[in-house]
Amino acid sequence: MVPTNYYLILSAVLFGLGVLAFVFKRNIITIFMSIELMLNAVNLAFVAFSQALGKTDGEVFVLFVIVVAAAEATVGLGIIILTARNRRSLNVERVDLLKL
Amino acid sequence: MSAALLIFFVLAGLAVFGAVALILQSHPIHSALSLILVMLSLAGLYLLMGAEFVAAVQIIVYGGAVMVLFVFVIMLLNAGEEERTNFSKLATFAGVPLALALGGVIAAAIARSSGHLPAPAANGALTPTRELSKLLFSEFVYPFELTSFLILVAILGALVLAQRERN
Repeated sequence: MVPTNYYLILSAVLFGLGVLAFVFKRNIITIFMSIELMLNAVNLAFVAFSQALGKTDGEVFVLFVIVVAAAEATVGLGIIILTARNRRSLNVERVDLLKL
Repeated sequence: MSAALLIFFVLAGLAVFGAVALILQSHPIHSALSLILVMLSLAGLYLLMGAEFVAAVQIIVYGGAVMVLFVFVIMLLNAGEEERTNFSKLATFAGVPLALALGGVIAAAIARSSGHLPAPAANGALTPTRELSKLLFSEFVYPFELTSFLILVAILGALVLAQRERN
């Protein structure tokens, strides 16, 4: 039996690493990937609580989070393709104007 | 040390290794492969907790669909090594300690507070998928229908964004 605390601490560590990647990386695609990493960390906490409390609700929430993450990935990657086409660069520091 | 604990530490180590590799790799395609490692080990952790349906969805949707989309975009845009400028140093010196502090505060709060939670039902006590679907289609039926609208809007948004402007 693995204590629930272990899962929650792992979730916190993964979330922290996601935030770290979000502020550290300069490539727009990698920054987007770190958002996915944070969502995954939250999912782990949801499933751990759901199993610990013996209720299935948390797992339903995880399914919703996964759906939202998939929708976010499609729209976000579309925006990334547009930005890359307009700026000829994937560096976030070169995207500093709202309008060309 | 029991077998479940051993499996947990192996999978947790793989997940943390993948997350650290995502930060340290400078090429986006290597970061994407590290993220796939994180997602697969998280699917293993879900199985260890007995959430079999979530584990399958994690592999199919995250490890499959979403990451294929990422790799596809990386190859489409021919993304190379990331370039770092002077402003990147500012982000490193200010952002990294703050991010570490955030993760540390959350982990410390969890480690200190929740000693009362029972352990997840391990060792073959699987969540029945039937129960999950009953809950999804009875109590959560309105959010479920709304997610279908969300997906529809996302498809439309992606189409609108991806089409070339006609002049």
